[in-house]
Amino acid sequence: MTSPLRLCVRRSPAPDADGAATLVTLRLPSDIGCIEEAVELVVRHCLAGHEATRKTRFRLQVCLSEAISNAIVRGNREEREKWVDVRAELFSDCIRVYVTDEGPGFDPSSVPEPIRPDQIDESGGRGLFLIRKLVDAVHFNPQGNSICMTLRRP
Amino acid sequence: MGFSQSRDPSGVTVLQVEGQLIVGSRQELKDLVSAALDHGDRRILIDFSRTGYIDSSGLGALVSISKRIREAGGELRLSGLNEDLRSLFELTKLDTLFAITDTPQQALTSF
Repeated sequence: MTSPLRLCVRRSPAPDADGAATLVTLRLPSDIGCIEEAVELVVRHCLAGHEATRKTRFRLQVCLSEAISNAIVRGNREEREKWVDVRAELFSDCIRVYVTDEGPGFDPSSVPEPIRPDQIDESGGRGLFLIRKLVDAVHFNPQGNSICMTLRRP
Repeated sequence: MGFSQSRDPSGVTVLQVEGQLIVGSRQELKDLVSAALDHGDRRILIDFSRTGYIDSSGLGALVSISKRIREAGGELRLSGLNEDLRSLFELTKLDTLFAITDTPQQALTSF
């Protein structure tokens, strides 16, 4: 059965985005079956018109997939009536992506280091660690339900 | 996105990850490995030569799979990780947990 996805990507000048040339927004339902398509849509629009290295594309794909997955599974707890919002501000020298869910938020400092010897054999807990390693800057809003990831263009 | 399964003439079960190994696909891989173990297979190779990217759920699924195979007295090999995919294993130190070879052929001869 085909999943009834309703994804929409809007490209428009973003005068409110601190000089961003383009603003890409996407809203998706809390359905893990939507993640791959959402990632491909956002990545395609983020990299359009720019020379992107394979590494930049890969990092963007992994971090977006990770952040959207966290938003759907941990933030919205896969409740179908809740949405995930992706907002990408495209600058000439970097890409800034916000992923926001409708959950209560969490304390990012409470996540244990997954590479500790006592954690290495655990099946979970690597998502935020990976994001921090793959992008140039990571921030959260005070509530902890919105992550902002900045990736410099090569 | 999906998986293909085959059996090498030497009896190794080969699972190829086609597309992404992420939160939406990891259960299928776990189920395939469980079915292989239930079938009596004890040597399992997961090949990533046709994989785009892996998220932390995918990495976590591989950790779970590794435990299950070990508990069943079996062996797991990973192969075909390109530079980007391999970097995920290195960053998370999972390269120390898995037996990884460059090619499926090398993995098959390492059992």
